[in-house]
Amino acid sequence: MSIKSENFREKAIEYTLFILSLSAIIFLAGIIFTLIKEAIPAFKEIGFFKMLLSKDWYPTYDPPDFGILPLMAGTMVVTVIALLISIPLGLACAIYISELAGKREKVFLKPFIELLSSIPSVVYGFWGIVFLAPAIQKYFDIPSGYCAITSGIVLGIMSAPIIASLSEDSLNYVPKSFKEAAFALGSNKFETLMNVTIPAAASGIITSIILGTGRIIGETMVVLMLSGGAAIMPTSALEPVRPMTSAIAAEMGEAAFKTLHYYSLFAIALILFAITFVLNMLAEKISKKYRIKLGSSR
Amino acid sequence: MINADTYKFSIFKILTNSLCKTNKDIKQYIAFSVIKLTFFLTVSILVGIIGFLIFKGARVISLDFIFKMPENSMTSGGIFPAILGTFYLVTLSVIFSAIPGIACAIYLNEYGPKGFISTLIRISINNLSGVPSIVFGLFGLAIFVKQLNFGISILSGSLTLSIVILPIIISSTREALMTIPQSMREASMALGASKWTTIWKIILPQALPSIMTAIILGIGRAAGETAPILFTAAVFYSRELPKSIFSEVMALPYHIYALITEGTSPQQQIPIAYGCALVLLFLVIIISISAIFIRQKQRSLYAKTGH
Repeated sequence: MSIKSENFREKAIEYTLFILSLSAIIFLAGIIFTLIKEAIPAFKEIGFFKMLLSKDWYPTYDPPDFGILPLMAGTMVVTVIALLISIPLGLACAIYISELAGKREKVFLKPFIELLSSIPSVVYGFWGIVFLAPAIQKYFDIPSGYCAITSGIVLGIMSAPIIASLSEDSLNYVPKSFKEAAFALGSNKFETLMNVTIPAAASGIITSIILGTGRIIGETMVVLMLSGGAAIMPTSALEPVRPMTSAIAAEMGEAAFKTLHYYSLFAIALILFAITFVLNMLAEKISKKYRIKLGSSR
Repeated sequence: MINADTYKFSIFKILTNSLCKTNKDIKQYIAFSVIKLTFFLTVSILVGIIGFLIFKGARVISLDFIFKMPENSMTSGGIFPAILGTFYLVTLSVIFSAIPGIACAIYLNEYGPKGFISTLIRISINNLSGVPSIVFGLFGLAIFVKQLNFGISILSGSLTLSIVILPIIISSTREALMTIPQSMREASMALGASKWTTIWKIILPQALPSIMTAIILGIGRAAGETAPILFTAAVFYSRELPKSIFSEVMALPYHIYALITEGTSPQQQIPIAYGCALVLLFLVIIISISAIFIRQKQRSLYAKTGH
């Protein structure tokens, strides 16, 4: 009898835990469903390809235009600038911490980088407004410091610790025996790094860059505060842009509930979600392969 | 003849070898110097940003600034309602996400089913952690604010934030459970304890400090997020402190954004924004340091006992 009741309790607890752990699936499915449901009216009314390929975003004009090409171009310009900064900075930090720093330094540096990556984006955005934007305006002698390059630089600085922390993990996972073998064959530290450690950690490093790219594309506050907000096709990095996230954040407050403008902002969110979803799946695929590769050669 | 030839050849070899060697070393020296310089540059930029904000913010901070209401339409006085609002949002969102988050981690790690569903759970967690924060904001607006009719409120905002921090809590709790040595589970099972008794009496007490780390990391993230509460909870100005979970609130990160972009008299409001930024930075840094501290202690504990 008591064994039976204990078995029952065990099963009941297992099922409760199972149901609670479905929450992640439910929320992700809920987000996908909601985005699709609220985006469909926009695609139906405006036309999917017209929306994607038209260069005019004038949602409050009469008649309004809902072309999101300039918004996507804005996101792209800002993301490229940010990656040009965050990849070299992040990788240099990762290599320094995992290969060059002393043991004591390492114990301190790794948490320090994690600490830096936890600083809220609104704080970086605020610094951009009070410090970087005026500096950029002065340096390039342009009418406004709020432009693609300003938000790109801040995003790049902000995401460097994220890329550093993830890449450092993957450099750390490279088995010691790999490096020892390279040293035994007469390689010095740098040759070992370039020919053994980095190639062995390559998929992990690529994964960290992909995840960092996802973070940059999805980042809202920095681009909202620093991009300048002009929904035009950018021709240079010194022009104001309106990346997708900032368009949603800036306009959702004004867009009346269930209007075409409201639906079209959900359509932008759906595209944004699709981009980050693809990047995440890609990262997962690559890192899975990597685990198998290192595992079998160990 | 042959001897002389070998001799010449070996001299040549030694020469080229040593040349190559110095060449190699020079290359290494240059490359490592560049890496070191880049590292110090990055750290000094980041520390410089934080230092700049601390320096500017320290001039405004006082007890009155932290514990007083805003005055003269947000141009003087304190930021108490924003601090309180952030406290409410963070507390509720952690309460909402801790239970399903920890349950999910226990299920994945301890019961570890190898089926389609658990793969799906894992993929969902990974993807959820990569969803842009503004997308969470839109979801919260469509579902909590409109569909469920909670309005712009603490409830809507903290529910939205709880989804943002759910993947963080799950993955850090899982990491905590993974560090518990397998022998503990086996010893408990060998003494006749059931699976749940083992988890409840052996695993969870051991993992508790690390689970606290998971929750603290969640708190840090929830405190700093702005985009998810943009349309679900936050307002620039509320006349009184929130009365129930259905009231709208002021929140620290949103307050910084609003002061600097919507403020009407920047002369007085930018210093207040500096103060807010310092308070938020201070909160997040303290939270992160305590999380790191607990984790480090836990790790060295296991390192000492030899697991």
